[in-house]
Amino acid sequence: MSTTLFVVQLLNGLQLGVLLFLIAAGLTLVFGVMDFINLGHGVQYMLGAYLAVTFYALTGNFAYTLLLALPSALALGLLVEVLIFRHLYDRDHLDQVLATFGIILFVNEGVKIVWGAAPLNVPIPALFSGSIEIMPGLLYPVWRLAIIGSGLAVAVLLWAIVSHTRIGMRIRAGAVNAPMVGALGVDVKTLFTCVFGFGAMLAGFAGIMVAPILSVEPGMGDSVLILAFVVIVIGGIGSIRGAFVGALIVGLVDTLGRSFATDIFRLFLTASAARQVGPAFASMLIYLLMAVILFVRPAGLFPAKGR
Amino acid sequence: MRWPALTRPGRAVLVLTIAVFVALALAPLFAPWITGERYILGLLARVMIFAIAAVSLDLILGYGGLVSFGHAAFVGLGAYAVGILSAHGITDVTVVLPVTLAVCALFAVGTGAVAVRTRGVYFIMITLAFGQMAYYTATSLAQYGGDDGLRLDHRSTLFGTPIATDPLAFYYVVFGALLFFYLLTRVIVSSRFGRVLRAARQNPVRVETLGFNVGQVRLTAYVIAGMIAGVSGFLLANHILFVSPAYMSWQRSGELIVMVVLGGMGTLHGAVIGSLAFLLIEEFLSTITEHWKVIFGPMLILVVLFARGGLLGLLGGRHG
Repeated sequence: MSTTLFVVQLLNGLQLGVLLFLIAAGLTLVFGVMDFINLGHGVQYMLGAYLAVTFYALTGNFAYTLLLALPSALALGLLVEVLIFRHLYDRDHLDQVLATFGIILFVNEGVKIVWGAAPLNVPIPALFSGSIEIMPGLLYPVWRLAIIGSGLAVAVLLWAIVSHTRIGMRIRAGAVNAPMVGALGVDVKTLFTCVFGFGAMLAGFAGIMVAPILSVEPGMGDSVLILAFVVIVIGGIGSIRGAFVGALIVGLVDTLGRSFATDIFRLFLTASAARQVGPAFASMLIYLLMAVILFVRPAGLFPAKGR
Repeated sequence: MRWPALTRPGRAVLVLTIAVFVALALAPLFAPWITGERYILGLLARVMIFAIAAVSLDLILGYGGLVSFGHAAFVGLGAYAVGILSAHGITDVTVVLPVTLAVCALFAVGTGAVAVRTRGVYFIMITLAFGQMAYYTATSLAQYGGDDGLRLDHRSTLFGTPIATDPLAFYYVVFGALLFFYLLTRVIVSSRFGRVLRAARQNPVRVETLGFNVGQVRLTAYVIAGMIAGVSGFLLANHILFVSPAYMSWQRSGELIVMVVLGGMGTLHGAVIGSLAFLLIEEFLSTITEHWKVIFGPMLILVVLFARGGLLGLLGGRHG
């Protein structure tokens, strides 16, 4: 394996990682503050991508698309929260899993009706198209760098909000003991709605950002959702820091595993056996990692305090 | 979801359960008068096969409180045991079935040992992860069809002779299996082991203090459930003569949970009635529109929001 290939895959892994972080952040906040398992979170990501398709078709400009799609993703998140999720916070996890599973079924099928089953895409914005040479002989697409940059920016922003603002303080307090926060006079219901809407918007943002590089299709949120769950379980549910570290670990391990597993197996297996075992092992790698981490630390790497 | 009290089933529920089994037993007698006999028998056989998997899930979900989101993996393992052995020319039940059971038991012991260490949502997620591992392994088995799956030439044989070749005979094999596993799990949950399992769901600390090894009890139940689900996969592969990674997808696991909860979990017959309801609703809605999930999704949400205790809960008025 060459250094260039390794660096490219490292960057790809980083890009997958920040993307997963955008999704996992909302998931882990919602879980931490409201003790709510939201399988429907992947759907928000998918809807973000579809909104990008629609608004791009309308405006033909990615900046406008972003400006229109973000509030729409927020509005959709708030709508679902008020209509359905609000009634599930005090139910047990099984109920939440089932109801949000119902949402997945509905929305995945719904987008097929509205947008059709065929994959769609959005062109890469002109300003960010093309590649730049980041190392001698190494060209990397600018848009992917933009995804990494915006993801890291969101991570910093989230960190600032959660650890340095009043609302962040309430969110942290809510994650430790929501009834107590309510008793101290904070409108917990509104807090929950805010957290939920914000999380949905972040997932939508992730969807918008990947629309130019992935095909936008029904069910695209499902695999990402599972990965996001792996992320928050590895990181420790309810912890933003855990989600960040977990997302980078999963992104890097998954990407590097997929590119190099076959080569590594070739060191001690025959070429054909390595071609068999490599991909299978690569796709299992993060789940193995999760199992090992849970075996050693049943509450994840950074367990949120108070749980 | 509220777990039901540990009482005997109410009379209405008991009558309904017996009625369902009797109806399933007699269905082939009436089928000739309905158009599309083969189709009806095939559908009901599929219902019963999934009912076996759902009953096994109810053992750990309803009685053990272990929300497994990877149960479909066992169904898939059972199916792949049939498929892979058949690809090598081994189709005899006396070999295939023990291999199915052994494979599922091994997978259950391995994954269960890690999973039962965790609780609550971590258990849900780790079983989901193991299910995904099985799924991706199946998709990467290039010589056994990979993503596309594997077609079987014929059903499993017994000592070299074809058995249950006509749909009716196969129907009764499946019916017998469902009845057997329903009664088996019923015996298990009312045994001493079953009582410890149920007690551990309600108060693991107390059960531990009484000297039981809660983890071991849960693991045992998990392995039993996995093996039974494996048999349902064995039957499924024989039923449609096709094996595909899709059997193991996490949506399938979700559907199994839906079946159990729809009928009313922690009752066993709820799982049977739930599978019947789920697959018939699916079949009915898909005749209306190919986008049947658009209707089914909201239905599911409404059931969760308003019908606690599942369909049987609506009937029996029996709340824990």
